[in-house]
Amino acid sequence: MRYLISRRIVQVSIIVLYILAHLYGLKILEGNLSSSILFGAIPLSDPFAVLQMFVAGSIITMDIFIGALIITIFYGLLGGRMFCSWVCPVNIVTDAANYLRRKLGITAIQKRVYMSRNIRYWVLGLSLFLSFFMGLTAFELVSPISILHRGLIFGMGFGFSVVLIIFFFDLLVHENGWCGYVCPLGAFYSLVGKYSLIRVKHNVDKCTECMECKVVCPEKEVLFMVGKSSQIVNMGACTNCARCIEVCADDALNFSIRNFSKKNKE
Amino acid sequence: MQKGHMSDRRKFILTMARSVGLAGIGALIWSSVLEESVHASLLLRPPGALNEEEFLKTCIKCGLCVSACPYDTLKLAAPGDKKPMGTPFFDAREIPCYMCEDIPCVPVCPSGALSQESVSSNGELDINLAKMGVAVVDPYACIAFWGIQCDACYRACPLLDEAIVLEYERNERTGKHAFLKPVVVPDVCTGCGMCEHACITEKASITILPREVVMGRAGDHYVKGWDKQDQKRVKNARATITKTEISKKSALDSLNDETGLFE
Repeated sequence: MRYLISRRIVQVSIIVLYILAHLYGLKILEGNLSSSILFGAIPLSDPFAVLQMFVAGSIITMDIFIGALIITIFYGLLGGRMFCSWVCPVNIVTDAANYLRRKLGITAIQKRVYMSRNIRYWVLGLSLFLSFFMGLTAFELVSPISILHRGLIFGMGFGFSVVLIIFFFDLLVHENGWCGYVCPLGAFYSLVGKYSLIRVKHNVDKCTECMECKVVCPEKEVLFMVGKSSQIVNMGACTNCARCIEVCADDALNFSIRNFSKKNKE
Repeated sequence: MQKGHMSDRRKFILTMARSVGLAGIGALIWSSVLEESVHASLLLRPPGALNEEEFLKTCIKCGLCVSACPYDTLKLAAPGDKKPMGTPFFDAREIPCYMCEDIPCVPVCPSGALSQESVSSNGELDINLAKMGVAVVDPYACIAFWGIQCDACYRACPLLDEAIVLEYERNERTGKHAFLKPVVVPDVCTGCGMCEHACITEKASITILPREVVMGRAGDHYVKGWDKQDQKRVKNARATITKTEISKKSALDSLNDETGLFE
């Protein structure tokens, strides 16, 4: 549970810091997840939003560029999709939907709706394509992620309906549908974090092949090696959420630092 | 080839074609949603905002300007506001821009969507240079045009007697009173909205609208002959004379030409 609790603490405290900055001018983390100022000085920007701005034909300022660079390097080193499971507030919504889905046994009664994991890369491509041709930040203008974090900080409006759509989509239509199949930001961070350092490592000697990890994993494909070989989870889609680590009773999965020098031997 | 069996190449081409088709549908739906959302309504941007087209591609929607605004004037458009989502705007009737001298909302903008240069002269911030919109008076609803004395907007204007001036005119109906009509000077008006906020009619009779919506343009071919600066434009002008069937003759001959009239 410790990873789950840490993730929730990180997710909630980031939003709380933003809210405090907006309401009381607390200068720790100002702005929102699209762009912020850390400690009143360090700029941070969502690199995917900046990419859309650039493609749309906007002149990127130094602040925004440096901010996007910091975030890209940060996630590029840590594990790209750590944003998804450790920062993004939509994760709390979809986790709740998936939890409920498991409890109610919806997956068991449902006919499988086929969706390709690659949809998100098409959505990512479309975001940039539309941004370019319409001169807009195409995804940012409709992003449920932004609607949620912006809403929590600056006022929600009817934003709850969008959050509900995602919740019910994940609950009723497809398991982990939004985060695992559609979200282009997740796709973007998958690419950014392709070679990141912090990785889950599987130890096949300890594995008893109970496959509990594959039940909880929101990106099951990344765990292809479980019960087969000892190696790190090297696919970009892994969000480093550590659910597999927590559920594993045999200590066969753990965080490790990717070692590039030994890469060929693995 | 067997029925029901497909070569890998054929499969690949079909899959790609299908994906592209689906992406095309997605693009059409998505772009129409975007088109709707960005042209949804007339809205007022914070001081120093780039023109709407540039603004939409530059604003990163971080809300720092909203946090910086001490009067809660600025808001970030949420779903349901029917405005481009996440972008800052204000509703002048509700809370106008109070024209802070240090313009806290502009320097915090990281993306340059709120441009500091556009509200600075000689390197100093000057809120009077802001062009958030322009006030428009409805002469039918405004009670000053009825002959009732009201100068609420005139008094509320932070550029008193500059952005709104009072025009005196004889009231023919009573024969012994005057109209004090508020008239907006668009060049000076910043679009802060204090007049709209102050207007005493049930629905404001003076409204701030985006400048690009309201302001006209006479076009380059009109030159103010009485304006020396403007007259300079003609100096190097070159005329192109087009000849048509009619203009071959002089204008007078062409008018007096009777061919075809009495046939």
